[in-house]
Amino acid sequence: MNKFDKLVTNAAGRIVPTVINGKPAIPYMGVGKYKPEGFRAAPKIASCADYPADGNKVIPSLKEALLKAGLRDGITISTHHHFRNGDLVATQIFDIAHELGIKDLMWFPSASFPCHEPMTKYLEDGTINRIEGSMNGALGKFTSEGKMKGLGVLRSHGGRYQAVQDGEVHIDIAVIAAPTADPFGDANGVNGSAACGPLGFALADSQYADKVIIVTDNLIPFPCLPWQINGNYVDYVVVLDKIGIPEKIVSGTTEITKSPDRLLLAEWSAKFCDEAGLIYDGFSFQAGAGGTALSIGIYFSEILRERKWKARFARGGSNKYLVKMLEEGLVEYILDGQTFDLDGVRSMRENPHHTWTSPFTSYNYHSKGNFSSMVDIVILGATEVDVNFNANVVTHSDGYLLHGIGGWQNTLFGKCVILPIPLFRDRMPVIRDAVTTICGPGELIDVIVTERGIAINPLSTDLIEKMKNSSLPIKTIEELKAEAEKICGVPAKPKFADEVVAVVKWVDGTVLDSIWRVEG
Amino acid sequence: MIRIATTGNKGKGIRSDCFVTLELTDQGGIQLELESKVIVMYGDSIRKEALEILDFFGIKNARIRIEDSGAISLVLAARLEAAIKKVINTEKSWLPAMLEENLYTTAKEHNRFSRLYLPGNSPSLMINAGIHKPDGIILDLEDAVAPDKKDEARFLVRNALCGIDFYGAERMVRINQGERGLEDLEYIIPYNVNLILLPKCETAEQVHAVNNKITDIVTRHASHVTSNSSLVTRPASRVWLMPIIESALGVINAYQIANSAPNIVALAIGLEDYTADLGTRRTAEGTESFFARSMVVNAARAAGIQPIDSVFSDVGDMEGLRQNVLRSKALGFDGMGCIHPRQIVVIHETFAPTPDEIEKAKKIVFAFHKAQEKGLGVVALGTKMIDPPVVKRALNTINLALKMNKLAENWRESYEQI
Repeated sequence: MNKFDKLVTNAAGRIVPTVINGKPAIPYMGVGKYKPEGFRAAPKIASCADYPADGNKVIPSLKEALLKAGLRDGITISTHHHFRNGDLVATQIFDIAHELGIKDLMWFPSASFPCHEPMTKYLEDGTINRIEGSMNGALGKFTSEGKMKGLGVLRSHGGRYQAVQDGEVHIDIAVIAAPTADPFGDANGVNGSAACGPLGFALADSQYADKVIIVTDNLIPFPCLPWQINGNYVDYVVVLDKIGIPEKIVSGTTEITKSPDRLLLAEWSAKFCDEAGLIYDGFSFQAGAGGTALSIGIYFSEILRERKWKARFARGGSNKYLVKMLEEGLVEYILDGQTFDLDGVRSMRENPHHTWTSPFTSYNYHSKGNFSSMVDIVILGATEVDVNFNANVVTHSDGYLLHGIGGWQNTLFGKCVILPIPLFRDRMPVIRDAVTTICGPGELIDVIVTERGIAINPLSTDLIEKMKNSSLPIKTIEELKAEAEKICGVPAKPKFADEVVAVVKWVDGTVLDSIWRVEG
Repeated sequence: MIRIATTGNKGKGIRSDCFVTLELTDQGGIQLELESKVIVMYGDSIRKEALEILDFFGIKNARIRIEDSGAISLVLAARLEAAIKKVINTEKSWLPAMLEENLYTTAKEHNRFSRLYLPGNSPSLMINAGIHKPDGIILDLEDAVAPDKKDEARFLVRNALCGIDFYGAERMVRINQGERGLEDLEYIIPYNVNLILLPKCETAEQVHAVNNKITDIVTRHASHVTSNSSLVTRPASRVWLMPIIESALGVINAYQIANSAPNIVALAIGLEDYTADLGTRRTAEGTESFFARSMVVNAARAAGIQPIDSVFSDVGDMEGLRQNVLRSKALGFDGMGCIHPRQIVVIHETFAPTPDEIEKAKKIVFAFHKAQEKGLGVVALGTKMIDPPVVKRALNTINLALKMNKLAENWRESYEQI
């Protein structure tokens, strides 16, 4: 089986395979152009007759649970990333598979972190054939160098839900690490020593996988409330001593930036929103978790407080800063996808106005709408942007794959998308003629805020009109690019081999771009 | 001379810099080893530039290792030249192109609310300094540079003066004390520096020595060019001086110093050294430095130049800074130093005339213009006579407000209608 086959040029002008890991794939056709047909996938019908009437699904070990669930060569195993860099479960699954001599597994995480670096040895020895999810850090480098057997597939959080729902990815075994669970398999992330907030990234897995295993280190008697994951989907429950490292799950290290350059980006971004009339009583925004985005939240707070306005809702990643806005009454609701610190977890546990969401409610493009398109202001990052406002979040200018997409693609559907990014980072210009990898089509990106000026997408004519007499330094994106290159010099492009190592999917499951093997 | 030299910085937290190890050899040509975080984008251009520079200085055989953390071209060149000049004697200089936008001059009465200190051997802090819009930037060759890095910092500061755009901020350099300070001038005077800060100034003679050296450099450079690009020189009269009073003796001689040369535009005070000299400590209230600060203000005003206050060193305490600026302004200072870009806004906002002050000044200036139109010698507001110094202060306030966009250019038109 070829990793990839039948390359074509898609609507974004990128060369992409139409056969991926032996299965057909549809090239990207444009925003909103691809219309799916048919029916959603469905798991097998289960019967209560096959499950213990006393509700006790506890199995003595993870290994036993995996074997009972049908662990064998070539299947797909999924995990979630709510534990971020403190995850102790995902690697254990593949330790067991390796020990049993199982080969050619597909790992389907909702994201990977540096703690998953040990997976490279299983990719090397053939235990794992490929990763479909995100390949961060060491895993990204491994992929970029063409060492992964299968073709990597990168999806957004919403795209992951879509792929499972549409039957594009079939999960054989879902392993859901849960900070608190009962013997029936009901589970949540708001209690327990590994508390992480919501468990939304595991929702599709629980609903669509053949077999679902809950792994917890805090088993409580039925009922486990709130039940973010319903035991009715669950086959087995496993109790381990420790499923996560709390200080790495809710690190709380994300603080308001102290970098003067980033504070300037934050200040200008907030000013831009204000001058463009995007902030009003009842508006909504997406609060990123980066230092710059957090600082923008502080500027928003000042504006809201002064005018006695409220945001109707804020989209999290939440942390103490957003919780403070909620508790001060500057924000009425937090719709939270993941929680970054203990203040966020506490607020979600105690405050009915702070609710967990899943990629289904927030991001899934193949559904009857979702709330990402209702958000007024979306603040995002990028590794590169090009003169057509296309943006990249997965590869760097040297060609290496280093990050996942996360919810980034999905939030592009917000009403005004703003990217505050430094014009260059240690001699690496951010604005390019063409991005190394397209993750987001330029037509969805409205504004680039840099420390040397702000560029508005020529397609966003309403914003251009509103900012005609702005006090901010509005420039064209070409001017900004020239300014960076005057300081840094014109960067050379990376050299790639004629070999696709991974693809970037668009939110509708079509193939947006290819990631090529870096020639070292 | 030594055969092996190192320059620059490397390691954790070092950005936009590079570390160069250069060893002269007797044969084998140039062996260049490059490690760079931007090797894909700039590896070829770094190699090319390094070879060009070695060739320019006539080095034929050497082992050179560059550990690069994203240094821009003028930083790389400064590091290389500094290393080369440790192992060979040469009169030549490798200069980056002088940016046309760096050819501005500043006026004697240039606004000097804020001047941002930039350590002279830290390129990462220089590149974006101008975007924070300080009134001036100071490339510091003195206390912010480690003793063993002072030589290499000169090349970096020189190259920064040529090739970094500070977006209109007054381009200042703080030189070292004594003989080293006079040598520093060779690296900055020909490159359109706007102002030189003289640390620990205690006598008028120190000022004269600096001015003599400046004249000497300008004369020499007019006839003698040994570099890869054309030099930009300025007459010495247009390089402003700001002596810094940092000792008891300096305080006592403050007026003499302030009055010692026509190109002195401001007198600053440095309180860390001053309090050490007194044998006391710096406190938040500043009682211990009240005399010195008042002396500096008086000396500067008597000489018709700007009195400038010391830095506020707690970069996290913006309210403390604001209080400090208010005290400073009340004592009569026209500005102060800052060590972090976030201090700039607070300093500008606090030194700027308040809305109240602007309103009062508008009334007085309006009355003044009315009196002039009517040919009256006396300015009156209602039944109250306004003294000329009050008018002068009001005119200053209005000028400042205009400069800081706190007042519309055409304010008098709208004022007339009220």
